[in-house]
Amino acid sequence: MFTRRYLPLWITTSLLVFLFAVGAFHFDGFGSLRVIINLFSDNAFLMITAIGMTLVIISGGIDLSVGSVIALSGVAVSVLISEYHWHPVWAFIVVLPLGTMFGMLMGLIIYNYRLQPFIVTLAGMFLARGLATTLSEQSLEIDHPFYDFVSDFGFQLSGGAWLDLSTMTFVVILLIVIMLMHFTSFGNNIYAIGGDEKSAQLMGVPVKRTTVTIYAVSSLLATVAGIIFTFYTFSGYALAAVGVELDAIAAVVIGGTLLTGGRGFVAGTVLGVLLMGVIQTYITFDGTLSSWWTKIVIGLLLFFFIVLQKLLNHTSTART
Amino acid sequence: MTAVLELKNISKIYPGVKALEDVGLQLFSGEVHALLGENGAGKSTLVKVMTGAEIKSKGDIIFQKKTYNFSTPIEAQQVGISTVYQEVNLLPNLSVAQNLFLGHEPKRFGFIDHSLMVKKAKQLLTRFNLDIDVTVDLSSYSVAVQQLIAIARGIAMSAQVLILDEPTASLDADEVKVLFKVMNQLKSEGVAIVFITHFLDQVYQISDRITVLRNGKKVGEYITDKLPQPKLVEAMLGKELKELTGSHRAESSMTQKRENEKLLRMENVSSKGSIQQFDLDVSKGQAVGLAGLLGSGRTEVCKALFGIDRLNEGRITLAGLKLRLSQPSDAIHAGIALCPEDRKTDGIIGPLSIRENITLALQARLGWWRYLSKQKSQILADLYIEKLLIATPDADKPINQLSGGNQQKVILARWLAIEPSLLILDEPTRGIDIGAHAEILSLINSLRKGGMSLLVTSSELEELVAFASKVVVMRDRKKVKELSGHELTSQHVMTAIAEG
Repeated sequence: MFTRRYLPLWITTSLLVFLFAVGAFHFDGFGSLRVIINLFSDNAFLMITAIGMTLVIISGGIDLSVGSVIALSGVAVSVLISEYHWHPVWAFIVVLPLGTMFGMLMGLIIYNYRLQPFIVTLAGMFLARGLATTLSEQSLEIDHPFYDFVSDFGFQLSGGAWLDLSTMTFVVILLIVIMLMHFTSFGNNIYAIGGDEKSAQLMGVPVKRTTVTIYAVSSLLATVAGIIFTFYTFSGYALAAVGVELDAIAAVVIGGTLLTGGRGFVAGTVLGVLLMGVIQTYITFDGTLSSWWTKIVIGLLLFFFIVLQKLLNHTSTART
Repeated sequence: MTAVLELKNISKIYPGVKALEDVGLQLFSGEVHALLGENGAGKSTLVKVMTGAEIKSKGDIIFQKKTYNFSTPIEAQQVGISTVYQEVNLLPNLSVAQNLFLGHEPKRFGFIDHSLMVKKAKQLLTRFNLDIDVTVDLSSYSVAVQQLIAIARGIAMSAQVLILDEPTASLDADEVKVLFKVMNQLKSEGVAIVFITHFLDQVYQISDRITVLRNGKKVGEYITDKLPQPKLVEAMLGKELKELTGSHRAESSMTQKRENEKLLRMENVSSKGSIQQFDLDVSKGQAVGLAGLLGSGRTEVCKALFGIDRLNEGRITLAGLKLRLSQPSDAIHAGIALCPEDRKTDGIIGPLSIRENITLALQARLGWWRYLSKQKSQILADLYIEKLLIATPDADKPINQLSGGNQQKVILARWLAIEPSLLILDEPTRGIDIGAHAEILSLINSLRKGGMSLLVTSSELEELVAFASKVVVMRDRKKVKELSGHELTSQHVMTAIAEG
């Protein structure tokens, strides 16, 4: 369990526990179940997005479109509910497959034309953001009894902690994706492609199907995140979630996934988001620090993890 | 006894080239069959046809009495023909077990059964006497172990024919022993193994039968024990080991005298993974030939001299000065030029004109701040077009529109333009027509008379013997013999290649 493969994961976990302990020591009420649960419910949409991003990065790619897809999904849902008076469930049923198709399309373009994922998903990012603005320039409010019902739904836990539906959705998705990654051929194939696409092809991995599926899953999860985001704000706004793709990438890297592909864990990404969340909570509790300090600390952490990756990679090549 | 795999009259025609012509091969179960031939003989094309990576133009592939037309490697794999390519084609980031079972993982209720996979992987590897932790990354093991794992993967797909393409190229002597033990074991289990290598000693250690290819044709099929090594080399090179009379080595005493001025000296030069303890002296105005089979270390000597491969030990001195070569530009500045073996990928810059291709090295030597004017480069280009008889209407024609021989002359001109004191030519006459061939040979002679030193590698022994006053014979990355004076005949060179 303590091999090189798991080392980044352990480092992230230790940092997370350490920072949480420091917070709990400094501030009353920091070390409570309520703060922990809030870390999950506040960041559920980011975690779901970052899980998709993990798949993409393990396969050696990148998906810059997820922030825009979140906005597009949110705006599309609110337009359908507020302007066309659809029931939210019907809106979700229509929007989810459309989001998935958006990712499939990007995957097909990347594979068929041997293009850099960076540039294809950059195009996807502009396209989705533009589409969202065309649907509605203004923020669209959602006023529907279903929304009230869902946001009130949850379980009371001890110490005033409230387990809401977004956290439960996240947990279900996390479990499904972990199963996919470690107990199906699809998961093995993702790691294989990230290791060496050419070798993977020679060993009989269906590279095309896998690539398309990876980007489809990433977009699907971003679409889900967009829907969850509408429950936070009770609205859809075309300029929401700007830069979320970068937060997601940061969480994936802090979670120990190699940017060059082939190595990493979905669970690590969740730890990465939690670590970023703990830093933010700490700064909120402190009250004197500007919230921009979050970005500074995350920036430093990223540098640390990138250098760590490089060092770990060096030792691995030295051993062969 | 019928063959498990039989290839009949296989031909493969690429546009303009006949890569294989009526080649046959019979493989019996429980044998190691060596497939030999020099570069370009058609070995790899034959393997590709056998495994479905290339589609044959003509002929039949009969596997277990059934005729097949493979169109992808997966089809061949599924019936039981596995190939382990030269570079280990596995995934360093996956565990050993995952590598062994990627694509056909053992499953339970639709999900991968990890404990069963580990158990099966261990079972498989015990056949190879490998008792290793199969749950850790493949990259934690040596190349030799990885190679064995690649072979184990081939076997896991229940192969009856196993093709090993240069499996020993990156292995050391002990690792080769382990591999041979496994091959012998597989043989006793009835697997038919095709073994491709350029190490002739290994052919005699492990193989039962040999098929030799040359120029896309089958030269013959032999029982290994009944084919002495010199005969095998004969078959591969296509020349008889007969005494060549009329050696024209009666060079004038004047050149003999000048040859006493040492120009280049390599002492005890070793480079990791290429050459070992190599010594060489080249005098001023001397042409030295490097002979040996493919993979003997010829090209590696050129690379070490030109600063492409780093030296581990030893020293190189040029005109009395010790050279520190860490990149080719160091060698160029010292006055060493190299015409590489593969003109297409390492030499020409296709879309650029002849003039630009000629002045490239000179400009690099001058440095970019001393710009070579178009006028000057035009004069230079015209000079060499005339001197080397390059067949072209003008110097502005893109080089990729020239014939192979003329391209080779342009590359030569490029290096002559920097007026090197030592010119290295790696296979200067490969793949060019007879006329250009003769011109390049006479050019080598006139350069030598002009006081330039040359180091030339070639597989054409007669050619080497004709212009070189000394030939160094290499085998298994070491110098085995140095021939000069009346000893220097193609007969002697060939004997040295074969026997050391």
